[in-house]
Amino acid sequence: MSVLVLVEQADGATDELSLQALALARDLGSPVHALSIGEAVTGLGAYGVETLHVAQDDRLSTYAPAAWAACLGQLADRLQPSAVVAAGTNRGNEVLAHLAARRDLPFAANVIAVGSDGTVTRVRWGGSLLEEARIDSDLRLLTVAPHMVEAATVNGSEAAVEAFEPALDETEFVVRVVDHAETPTAGISLAEAKVVVSGGRGVGSADGFGMLEELAGLLNAAVGCSRVVTMAGWRPHTDQVGQTGTKVAPDLYIACGISGATQHIAGCKGAKKILAINSDAEAPILASADYAVIGDLAEIVPAITAELRKAQSQ
Amino acid sequence: MRILVCVKRVPLTGGKMVLTADEQALETRHLGFTISPHEECGVEEAVRLVEEHGGEVTVLTLGPAEAEEQIRDSLANGADRGVHLVTDGEEWDPQATAAVIVSTIQAEEAVGEGFDLIVFGNESADAGNYQVGIRVAYTLGRPVATGLKGLSVADGRVRCEQEVPGGRDIYDLPLPAVVSVLEGINLPRYPSVPAKLRARSKPVESSSPERPAARLERLRLMVPPGQGKQAEVLGSGADAAPAVVEMMRDIGVAG
Repeated sequence: MSVLVLVEQADGATDELSLQALALARDLGSPVHALSIGEAVTGLGAYGVETLHVAQDDRLSTYAPAAWAACLGQLADRLQPSAVVAAGTNRGNEVLAHLAARRDLPFAANVIAVGSDGTVTRVRWGGSLLEEARIDSDLRLLTVAPHMVEAATVNGSEAAVEAFEPALDETEFVVRVVDHAETPTAGISLAEAKVVVSGGRGVGSADGFGMLEELAGLLNAAVGCSRVVTMAGWRPHTDQVGQTGTKVAPDLYIACGISGATQHIAGCKGAKKILAINSDAEAPILASADYAVIGDLAEIVPAITAELRKAQSQ
Repeated sequence: MRILVCVKRVPLTGGKMVLTADEQALETRHLGFTISPHEECGVEEAVRLVEEHGGEVTVLTLGPAEAEEQIRDSLANGADRGVHLVTDGEEWDPQATAAVIVSTIQAEEAVGEGFDLIVFGNESADAGNYQVGIRVAYTLGRPVATGLKGLSVADGRVRCEQEVPGGRDIYDLPLPAVVSVLEGINLPRYPSVPAKLRARSKPVESSSPERPAARLERLRLMVPPGQGKQAEVLGSGADAAPAVVEMMRDIGVAG
């Protein structure tokens, strides 16, 4: 039986997370159909897509979750797939939840693998725990957890493109994006930084972050923090790394005075290397770190800054 | 305005995930509990809206008898009354959760005024199903916006702000509506001692609904591989600085 995948776009190309969703979808059935809202995308054949359906309606020029779910549902009615899949993005999870609510079907969010017996493995606790679950439905609705499945390519010819005109009621557009406000960007984005210097309770105060900022300046790094720090009001929530903050994936993550609660690890485990600077040699962060320095961060961080300055001036 | 906030009791997990022997739950004997973080901000946001516009905040939870603690915490932070749907501790799947919340709302609205706004967290910290609020909105026939970092109410509408790359998307919904919020929409207050005392005497109604069969059925939980790495200790104190810089050079980030 076929499988239907919602693909999203970012900067005019197919979003990487949608390509990951396509890779998992190939384990659920064939042929693979994709749905793009508004505009066609190219290159999906290499990800196993046989037919790309492009939903066309002038009102779809801005995002409207119920309308997207209606498109997906109507196409599913026509194709009768065994599963409808999307990436586990904000929109992917939202649209699939709308479709599930509409049809009163179960929906499994953030799946990382599917079993031959119809079970799925999905993430809980932002990835700190996994769950094996059974979806009690002939039509399975699921999203694919970001960065847990490789966006592997296959030998396939270019996907056929078919226009699709959904029948959309005005009520589907009651909730839609009506405006967009640009946020001026200052400094290096936490989500994209190659190095992140992050502080936790051990930094001791808002002022204590001064030495972290100094080190970050030399490394072209972003400054992050743990949830304890934002709850204490030392740093804004936009600096928070963790399950309920930003998920980062730098080459090096420097965790200063961070104990290593699972809530925090869920946000930084994408780092290639983690250096923990902690006074407690038994802190849980050491079980997630590649390197550690034990001692008082108020001495260690300025010493690293001085050493780095020396090295950079040579 | 009348606002309903739905919250979930979750364990404070600390540094390591340990499962019960039957792999059906987290071992929580040595853990504390809290309100799931997004929902904690949901309570704060509802209280602020009522402080601005007048009205009443009701907080609802589906959870074991001990979840009254999370209702009382919400009452101490400014909510006016609680509704506790008491379970035997077994987790309800998202469809069953949404259905019992809907029937509770319908029963409340049949005898009193309707809720202008129903607030959820975007997803619970533990199960992370991303769907209960949307299901409730559909069944009640109300508009829903999710993942919000800003809310304001005026002229019978709610303006909703959602963070997207490069800025914020704005939604404008007619009330009554359903919203889900993210941590960071506000910084929740710490309750004062008098507020905690007052919370003890605020009304909490409880009932014990029957759990339907799960359609998203948990078979077992697993701790993902990769926990329990052994960090290479580069040194102690300030003397470790040269070794740290050498490591930074090795991995090509020394600037």
